[in-house]
Amino acid sequence: MDLTIVWAFLIAFAVLAYVVLDGFDLGTGILFPFLGRDENRDTAMNSVAPIWDGNETWLILGGGGLFAVFPLAYAIIMPALYAPIIAMLLALIFRGVAFEYRFKTVRGRWLWDLSFFIGSLTAAFCQGIALGALVQGIEVSGRAYAGGWFDWLTPFSLMTGLAVVVGYALLGATWLVMKTEGEIHDIARRYASFLAFGTLAAVGIVSVWMPFQQPEFYSRWFASIPQFLTVAWVPVLLALLAASLFQALWTGKDYRPFFSALGLFLLCFVGLGINFYPDIIPPDVTIFEAAAPESSQIFLLVGAAVLIPTILIYTAFAYWIFRGKVREGEGYH
Amino acid sequence: MFEGFDPVNLARFQFAFTVSFHIIFPAFSIGLASYLAVLEGLWLATGKPVYMDTFKYWVKIFAISFGMGVVSGIVMSYQFGTNWSVFSDKTGPVLGPMMGYEVLSAFFLEAGFLGIMLFGQKRVGNGLHFFASLVVAIGTLFSAFWILSVNSWMQTPQGYAIAANGQFIPEDWWAIVFNPSFPYRLVHMVLAAYLTTAFVVGGVGAFHLLRNRYNASARVMFSMALWMAVVVAPLQIVAGDSHGINTLEHQPAKVAAMEGHFETNTDHPMPLTLFGIPNMETARTDYALDIPYLGSLILTHSLDGVVKGLKDFPREDWPDSTVIFWTFRVMVAIGFAMLGIGLWSLVKRFRGTLYESRWLQRAAIVMAPSGFIAVLCGWVTTEMGRQPFTVYGLLRTAESHSPISAPAVGTSLLAFIIVYFLLFGAGTFYILRLMGRAPSPYEEDTPHEPIRTAGLTPAPSLAGPAE
Repeated sequence: MDLTIVWAFLIAFAVLAYVVLDGFDLGTGILFPFLGRDENRDTAMNSVAPIWDGNETWLILGGGGLFAVFPLAYAIIMPALYAPIIAMLLALIFRGVAFEYRFKTVRGRWLWDLSFFIGSLTAAFCQGIALGALVQGIEVSGRAYAGGWFDWLTPFSLMTGLAVVVGYALLGATWLVMKTEGEIHDIARRYASFLAFGTLAAVGIVSVWMPFQQPEFYSRWFASIPQFLTVAWVPVLLALLAASLFQALWTGKDYRPFFSALGLFLLCFVGLGINFYPDIIPPDVTIFEAAAPESSQIFLLVGAAVLIPTILIYTAFAYWIFRGKVREGEGYH
Repeated sequence: MFEGFDPVNLARFQFAFTVSFHIIFPAFSIGLASYLAVLEGLWLATGKPVYMDTFKYWVKIFAISFGMGVVSGIVMSYQFGTNWSVFSDKTGPVLGPMMGYEVLSAFFLEAGFLGIMLFGQKRVGNGLHFFASLVVAIGTLFSAFWILSVNSWMQTPQGYAIAANGQFIPEDWWAIVFNPSFPYRLVHMVLAAYLTTAFVVGGVGAFHLLRNRYNASARVMFSMALWMAVVVAPLQIVAGDSHGINTLEHQPAKVAAMEGHFETNTDHPMPLTLFGIPNMETARTDYALDIPYLGSLILTHSLDGVVKGLKDFPREDWPDSTVIFWTFRVMVAIGFAMLGIGLWSLVKRFRGTLYESRWLQRAAIVMAPSGFIAVLCGWVTTEMGRQPFTVYGLLRTAESHSPISAPAVGTSLLAFIIVYFLLFGAGTFYILRLMGRAPSPYEEDTPHEPIRTAGLTPAPSLAGPAE
């Protein structure tokens, strides 16, 4: 198999890992002001504190991996998405420091609560905008971005921004359903039902809108009936997972809502992949055109083959150590 | 706004600003992670609670510093693309995989075990907790390895070919990773990180000894830090000297600019210009205070060695001497001051008055932030000394930047400046406040405020290895 394809899958995996992992912890931030008592906010933050920086490391891998293996794509996408990327980076700082600062002050706590909320919300929204901007296409000339500074801003990218915010909030709510108990658990479960409706609506709108962004996208789904049948399993599975999510939420399950929501994200991601492949920057640049030479790909692949499984093992181990419910007041003096 | 500015200079300033803020945290974390691992190891080996108390005192500070390092580091990994896209496209095949290795071998390792190190002691037991601390320390060193290799390749590139599309293509990875300036830069930076941390720890120890000379934790900090000064400061001076000679071999124009050396000293020994004001217009160093022979002696290790002056290089390849002449001198001066503190402490130690010597302790407080200043000055020297190139001799800075107009770069620069000063300023304030609190026996996991941990039962630090 062509190494470039292997790498495309690996980068896609890193991005997916980032989206679902930081998704629930950004989502927890998005729900932060709406969790009732201050003690609930403590519990919510405690549930992600030991793992958030590991989650964000996948974002560095996504960016770094792109730089390493698809440098041309990195060099075109970053200037094209200049404003949303910078805003996202700044937002991640606001929320990242809040983890530490929040517990260092009593008087100023509201400030860091706000910083955590605004940072999480903005980061999620910018990531959604970035996705939308990539989907709608980036103007390329030679080996550089050739568009304007606000090309990313369209009704479609605002919609994908909104979709990601709602989706992350759903991940956050189901995470809290899984990781907490008592009042905050009940609040999170209530929100999760609404957010599940919201997410499905957003996914529906974006899915219908997306094939009209690029002619290739349309043909990958609707070129012919046999073509449609080869990809129809995605929406079918999505519907089944949605049903599982609602059923789990309404029958008081703790774990299944979260994993169903993860499944929804996975399927949306697969759907995106079907749209994109083999493009990395629609409509002009394919993964093969953007790929680094083989010597670069092989060098990093040797390490990745050993290190990525190792990372998955110890990351799983860290989650295992902090498994179970975070109880209110636990970990307090 | 920013219409009249040069976008390349704005992008340079943005990179300088964000990377300068960023380097402060890793410089501190590299040293502190190793120090924490040593403290925990000593505690496990001796069972003395003072080591665990000191560990718990510093691990809270480490958590804040590490968090700031993570978020300011994410910015760096995207800034190559946002502001320097041509550079990214061309160097990606060579530099990208090395950064990929940094993420895979270092960042994940640190992040994966940091949670256990900070919150997991009661959950995993002492042995595994120590392992986590050790792994975090090793992770910081892996990270230094890769990123310094990347930076060194930009200074002394080799092992590449240039493809038809303008990209640098890796030919020999061993030559790329172990490029000529890398070993020197790695050693110099890791020692710098250790010294920086030692002086912070020593300064904090001194501060609390001045208030209470019997504070056991403060004694441990002060004593260990000054041992580091005694051992590492001289090593650092030797390493710095070797690094300088390596630079003279591979980047002679940088050394000439560092020394304000415009005329090649063909018929006389090169003096060392102790102070002066390099003037790039007239190509001479005004008001120079020279020490004869010393320039040749330091740079060539002989009394009459010839060192090429800037005038022997094409004018368009000159680095700006006016800044790096001074940053270099500040760095060297701090290095020798650190050595001085180390020797002073040695005298006091042998007289048995280390913990009573109030002037030494005051001096240690003054020197506490000196490592950061030296690190920043050193980096300014080496990075501005690489100009006007991003990849030395091969890719000019002016040809590396993104097709981005000045208003966009300027606005983002302004946003970074405001956010960094506000947020990292607040972090520095919280760190200083933690440092102002005297270390105490039975140091709590987190004093005065809730522990943020998932399900960790708070307990005083009475727990010894026997528990």
